[in-house]
Amino acid sequence: MTVAASKVRHWRRQPFIESAWLRWGLYAAALIYLALAFGSMQVNWVRLSEGVVRGWRFVEGFLHPNFTSRSEDIIIGLRESIAMTICATVAGIALSVPVGVGAARNISPRPVYYLCRSIVAVARSFQEILYAIFFVAMFGFGTFAGFLTITFATIGFLGKLLAEDIEDIDAGQVEAIRATGASWMQVLNFGVAPQVLPRLIGLSLYRFDINFRESAVVGIVGAGGIGATLNTAISRYEYDVASAILILIILVVLACEYSSSHIRRWVQ
Amino acid sequence: MLRIDNLVKRYRTGDEALKGISFEVPGGQVVGLIGPSGAGKSTLIRCINRLVDPTSGTVRLNDVVVTDLTGARLRAMRRRIGMIFQEFALIERLSVMENVLSGRLGYVPFWRSFLRRFPAADVEKAFRLLDRVGLSDHVDKRADALSGGQRQRVGIARALEQDPELLLVDEPTASLDPKTSRQIMRLICEICAERKLAAIINIHDVALAVMFVDRIIGLQAGRVVYDGPPGGLDQSTLAAIYGEEDWAALSAKHKEDADDAALAQARVITTSSLEAGV
Repeated sequence: MTVAASKVRHWRRQPFIESAWLRWGLYAAALIYLALAFGSMQVNWVRLSEGVVRGWRFVEGFLHPNFTSRSEDIIIGLRESIAMTICATVAGIALSVPVGVGAARNISPRPVYYLCRSIVAVARSFQEILYAIFFVAMFGFGTFAGFLTITFATIGFLGKLLAEDIEDIDAGQVEAIRATGASWMQVLNFGVAPQVLPRLIGLSLYRFDINFRESAVVGIVGAGGIGATLNTAISRYEYDVASAILILIILVVLACEYSSSHIRRWVQ
Repeated sequence: MLRIDNLVKRYRTGDEALKGISFEVPGGQVVGLIGPSGAGKSTLIRCINRLVDPTSGTVRLNDVVVTDLTGARLRAMRRRIGMIFQEFALIERLSVMENVLSGRLGYVPFWRSFLRRFPAADVEKAFRLLDRVGLSDHVDKRADALSGGQRQRVGIARALEQDPELLLVDEPTASLDPKTSRQIMRLICEICAERKLAAIINIHDVALAVMFVDRIIGLQAGRVVYDGPPGGLDQSTLAAIYGEEDWAALSAKHKEDADDAALAQARVITTSSLEAGV
């Protein structure tokens, strides 16, 4: 009682960097750099005010979306995008399953594992746009380049997540199937697939959403689809048409989202 | 007949799980394998069907040297050895029937198993086994919809669907309540008697082992320290199996606790063997 009353003990959290000089020096350096970096951005106030006017026109266009004047282009673009999305998602899933199985450490031999991991790493290392530019340069403008881009991106995404899912499965079930004298393919079919299939279906549907959005973006660099139509509309300053396209993209994404969450609940 | 000669398993970490195990199991005999955790019980039975590859030594099943087999011939041997697991190891999302039929995977080509088009005789056998273990009403239920005891019955039916010459049973009752444990042990031992099937049962519960098996092998730190009838287990042999040496690394306090536990277990044993009239 008396001891506690006579001496109050203090406690403070240990600082992350022990030396006070170093700590405050780092804070100061960070602040100075930030101030200089902001200072180095040259702001053109005249251009900015013009931009506000243009931006306002954009907003006005949005309030009056024009679906009719370029309806043919929009329908063609949308059709291309949806076709691109479906083909690329299917091809991407078909290719990502073997890659994902190969990239799972617990069921694949080492050389296959390293090969498949590097395929996944390459497919994931750049943003889709860079691959789209690359494929457009290789195969010319149009949906084929977009299809390749999205397929490739899907392999990276699904391959990695499927591999991680397979690495997390219950090893006991695999062991039990191996103990029956099953072959490798049978172990995959009975021991592994039932454990990862529901999640693979869920991820594939999610990837379908992403792929549709990607298909709108890759069009901007010439890989066809609704993105190309959108790009044309913006460069012609037809903001009412652009807004019609954006609204359609939102609707398709919403429809995908809604139906995929339904299917996912159903497969669990 | 199963014959194991000087079996050694050294893990890559340097741990020696088995230090020269030798014994024979004649056809139809049910062996209880007891010993503390880490004694090498699981490793030993997994060396028999080569889910774990032994470092040296041989395993012979009916004069085939299991330890020499590879590839297709190893798989053909595995299908003659049924295995039952502690956590049941059923394929949770598949139906009871699919789980039982998976016991035929070593016998059928991939396309048949992929399309679930198993030969009629296999399906008939599966139905009969499900009748035998009392699950005829649950054929199309998903395995994860069953209770623990029911799941282990599916595990037993799957192992028998293989037409095994030997059953390896890894802690069949560790996930079950005491009553179900007895029922499951009784079922396994009855089936072994019906089919004159040899079995090796890893089991923690010494009292339960003594009640049902023909012979006890006590494993301690990778060595056989007891091999004989269940009636021959007394306090000193139990102390040898679960005894001091194994606890040496722990603190003195822990050691006392462990010794007390071993003694308590020994007391349970003697009373239950009296009850069982052994």
